Amino acid sequence: MATDPLQKPDTEHRAQDTVAAGHLIEFDQVVKRYGDHVVLDHLDFTVERGRHVTLIGPSGSGKTTILRLLMTLERISEGLILVGGRPLSHMAGPNGSLKPADEKYQREVRKKIGMVFQQFNLFPNMNVLQNITEAPVSVLGLDRAEAEERAGELLDMVGLREKITAHPTQLSGGQQQRVAIARALAMRPEILLLDEVTSALDPELVAGVLDLLREIAHTTDITMLCVTHEMGFARDISDQVLMFDGGRVIESGPPERIFGDPEQERTREFLSAVL
Amino acid sequence: MGDFYSYFFGHLPDVWSGLAVTLEATVLGSAVALTLSFVFGFMANSRPVLVRGASRVIVEFFRGTSLYVQLFWLFYAFPLLFGYQLSPLFCGVLAFGMNYGAYGSEVVRGALNAVPRAQWEAAVALNMTPFQRMRRVILPQAWVQMIPPFTNLLIQLVKCTPLLWLIQAADLTTVVQQMRDRTGETTWAYLTLLVLYFVLAYALTLLMNALERHAAVRLGRRPAARSLLRSRSAEGARRSETAGGAR
Ligand SMILES: Nc1ncnc2c1ncn2[C@@H]1O[C@H](COP(=O)(O)OP(=O)(O)O)[C@@H](O)[C@H]1O
Ligand SMILES: [Mg+2]
Repeated sequence: MATDPLQKPDTEHRAQDTVAAGHLIEFDQVVKRYGDHVVLDHLDFTVERGRHVTLIGPSGSGKTTILRLLMTLERISEGLILVGGRPLSHMAGPNGSLKPADEKYQREVRKKIGMVFQQFNLFPNMNVLQNITEAPVSVLGLDRAEAEERAGELLDMVGLREKITAHPTQLSGGQQQRVAIARALAMRPEILLLDEVTSALDPELVAGVLDLLREIAHTTDITMLCVTHEMGFARDISDQVLMFDGGRVIESGPPERIFGDPEQERTREFLSAVL
Repeated sequence: MGDFYSYFFGHLPDVWSGLAVTLEATVLGSAVALTLSFVFGFMANSRPVLVRGASRVIVEFFRGTSLYVQLFWLFYAFPLLFGYQLSPLFCGVLAFGMNYGAYGSEVVRGALNAVPRAQWEAAVALNMTPFQRMRRVILPQAWVQMIPPFTNLLIQLVKCTPLLWLIQAADLTTVVQQMRDRTGETTWAYLTLLVLYFVLAYALTLLMNALERHAAVRLGRRPAARSLLRSRSAEGARRSETAGGAR
């Protein structure tokens, strides 16, 4: 068999992290406000390494905001987010205090995290191969041949090897999203954030992307945080489902329980509306 | 008519040398303008308020003061103050460069801001440095948007070069003016100038259209072939309306 494109070379290193850190992701009393609109209200939750966690909840409940905070696309208003035991957007200040992280520190923490967006966000000034190899070459410092070989393997995995020189505009939405997934994986993230990655797709293209994500979930040890309205998919891949409402987690548990026998009335209402 | 054209074609070397001065002022002036457009455009988009403020002040100064007056100032007042006479061409290049650099900086700023924020986010998610994001993702996309308005500015710059006559540079206009003085053929002299500047401007438009086409193809857009021959201004207006939708 060919080398597994997703296999990570530094497993010992990661095992060490786990022992030291406990939870891989930890939200500690996180508040996010836009003006005086409170989106996340003293949110607490943790994610263990290797888990597949699905975030569900009504539109506007702050699911995207959580992923964007983790990707450092938004600034936290209060509280602390820890990734691998390190504060994500704070660094050590004078006398043991914390101060907002600078760019260099954030880049260090961000290494672990990748994200796939609802609208794909491929770079239109690059072809498929360049989209996938750009960051491995410029950020990770791989040599080009190595990055291209890996990109080829990832394209095999997402079933788009023949589109290697195509331009993003020549691809269907589903194909673009699969390239975007390959692009994120090329950075070997420990954590993959997926924000409604099929909701911009035509219905007939959804299944292909979900199958790919299932495969990634089942064949890799990447920790996944996934916002989705595809409840069947959530049931298949999740270890844990978090139900959000009003800026907080109102219920969490294994998918069988959340989908089968939710405790909260709000969860039941929400599920009956989307199922 | 006959008088003017026999004189004109009898003194073609003068015409060429005038054309050379005009082209030199255009090329050097737009090179300075392009450089300043990026310098002030990036400054206007940067975070430190002092940097942004400085760019604002400089840009407003050059947009708000007349190009004539700047030329006169550089050519006539500068030597009185500093005891050093600048060459006419140098004054022209500097004044055109700063003026159109000021306008161009707005083009750069606008085009950078027009690249969807999602592109920036995707680059952050891939952990690129701020420089890499700009160089590899934002700028290549913004560049395509800059070319049409830059074309407009370039054409305007060419059409300003006859001002060189006012400071005694031997540009195309000066040469043809002298021929008019010699022959007394005002109508034909100025008609010739109209045609010459039109040809010059149109040639530059074609060149810039080719550049735009090349850039657009690299972004995977396929512009219609006839856009190659179209001049800019009408289309510029249409484009700015839809610029937000171009992603
Ligand atoms: N940049 C922003 N400025 C102001 N309000 C925002 C911004 N982004 C999100 N919000 C608000 O935050 C709330 C949560 O948004 P979001 O996290 O996108 O919810 P979800 O993904 O669960 O639908 C919404 O009410 C939304 O209007
Ligand atoms: Mg959302």
